[in-house]
Amino acid sequence: MRHGVARFVTGFLALPLGLYLFYVVWPFVQAAGYSLTDWGGYSDTQNFVGLDNYVRLLSDELIRKAFWHNVFFLITVPLFTIALALFLAFLLNVGGREDRAGIRGVFGSGIYKIIFFFPQVLSLVVIAVMWQQIYRSDGQGLINGLMIKIGLVDADNPIAFTSDPEPFLGVPAVLWWLLVIAVWSGAGFYMVLFSAAMQSIPKDIYEAALLDGASRFHTFFRITLPLLRDTVSVAWVYLGFIALDMYALVFVMTPSQGGPNHASEIFASVLNFTAFQKGQFGYACAMGVALAIFTILLAAAQLRITRRERIEY
Amino acid sequence: MSTATHDGLTRPEQSPGTSPEGGADGGSTAATVGGRLFNGFSHVFLLVWAVMVIYPLLWVVMSALKTDSEVIRHPLSLIPAKLNWDNFARAWSAGHLGSFFLNTVLVLAGSVTLTMLLGSMAAYALARYEFRGNRLIYYVFLSGLTLPVYLAAVPLFKGVYNTSVYLPLLGPNKHLMLILVYVAWSLSFTVFFMHSFFRTLPNTIAEAAMVDGASHSRLFFSVMLPMSKPGLISIGIFNVLGQWNQWYLPTLLMQSVAGEEKNQVIAQGLIELSVNQGYKSDWSGLFAGVTMAMLPVLVVYIIFQRQVQSGLTAGVGK
Repeated sequence: MRHGVARFVTGFLALPLGLYLFYVVWPFVQAAGYSLTDWGGYSDTQNFVGLDNYVRLLSDELIRKAFWHNVFFLITVPLFTIALALFLAFLLNVGGREDRAGIRGVFGSGIYKIIFFFPQVLSLVVIAVMWQQIYRSDGQGLINGLMIKIGLVDADNPIAFTSDPEPFLGVPAVLWWLLVIAVWSGAGFYMVLFSAAMQSIPKDIYEAALLDGASRFHTFFRITLPLLRDTVSVAWVYLGFIALDMYALVFVMTPSQGGPNHASEIFASVLNFTAFQKGQFGYACAMGVALAIFTILLAAAQLRITRRERIEY
Repeated sequence: MSTATHDGLTRPEQSPGTSPEGGADGGSTAATVGGRLFNGFSHVFLLVWAVMVIYPLLWVVMSALKTDSEVIRHPLSLIPAKLNWDNFARAWSAGHLGSFFLNTVLVLAGSVTLTMLLGSMAAYALARYEFRGNRLIYYVFLSGLTLPVYLAAVPLFKGVYNTSVYLPLLGPNKHLMLILVYVAWSLSFTVFFMHSFFRTLPNTIAEAAMVDGASHSRLFFSVMLPMSKPGLISIGIFNVLGQWNQWYLPTLLMQSVAGEEKNQVIAQGLIELSVNQGYKSDWSGLFAGVTMAMLPVLVVYIIFQRQVQSGLTAGVGK
């Protein structure tokens, strides 16, 4: 059995590991190295500057702004997506009629599930370009057009959507409009996920609750939701990653990729701007390392907080 | 656990033939009325959300069939006066959608195949063989899941650029390079997913095959890999969608360095058309481009919706 194991394992691992080390690990290691220099990216001169770039990060106005925008998405994207997805899954699974067998799911739930999942298979780019047309700030856009037609919006003063830097609840309006897209595209996927989890909860638990006279709202909040805790917390972690990666939307949808007037900057857009427009590669790499550390800490924290004893059934 | 064992409360109604008067004998009348109301509310809300998902998509598809002046004068109408299929022809040739498609298909054909092959080979070796450094290599693969791609952007481009001196085929703007980069960046999740899958396969079959004189690689290719079909389908769908939708890596790496034509993939090309307003006066053409990028995926999804849904949600469930 052990014969030739070493040769076999080497043979199987060499190519994948080699590719991975060259195209993924090595660039990361280099980035960490560059972050300690003042390299501009296009010149050959680079001087070691120690932690200067990191010190500079702390006092960078733009970075601070981007950081808070990231935090905004980090909280709102999971919150709204999960709330909506849970609500949809709830309607889908217990919104049907009651009969001898208990409360049923809504008629046609299979079709709803197929439709709600649509945005998940579309590329973020297709979604972004499509929403750019929906959000057009003249009568040609889908929303402005509809609103002008029914008289809710003045044709001379349409909604500016992603070029609106005015704060709403303390956060630039453009970020809220981007949030709408993120929730629109994510809700269906998590609804399918929650729906599957709800269906794997055994029926006898509900039967017992029904015998005790529980209503469907009671059973949802007292039984379904607590038993979904694991799935919801995993969804929270995944949506956290998605929230950190709103770059495609910012890139396609906002004026000058992070505008107007830096109102929608996030970490990734500042990083790209610094590296490719300003030509400060060393500094941009320091931002990237900071972002990576932030991501890893966040993932670890979330996994720790949400870890709990599983209920087996 | 099969759904058949727990229909009732949580199971969505699969057959429309449930008796409508069934609620009459259970509980009070008030509860039934409440149930009816709630049932109606569920339908309304679900329908509203369904419209919110479908309407924008339909609007894009129908706008793609309008003339430019129709797009401007009647932006909201869903029914064009005449179906202008030439928008698609124009986007396909003048808008370069055709070559974007060709590039995407060429790259994906190589990258998805290689990702699946190399990913399951690595996962298999790590999951079923003990050797020094096993855990270390596994965690190195895993770490790629948390690191943001933007961080690696500059050194990655530089690395690819430098490689082209020795191996021109692996330089910027080359299909083969993009294939290898996609594979490398997809390995983390593929290894992670298949690793947990290979762990669940029974030992007895492997031992039986070894007793019959199969070599380690024979065992993998003729016994273990066929047994992992469900896992392979899931991760395969995940990779096809993920790589089809990839936009950052191609935007970074498929740049022209010596003034030659860029070999753009579909997502990258659409962004450029949209951001650079290459279609400034050609709205219907832009809609046609988006439609062409969107419809194939949607059609494939509708055909394989069960597999796609379980494939993608399995990725989160692990």
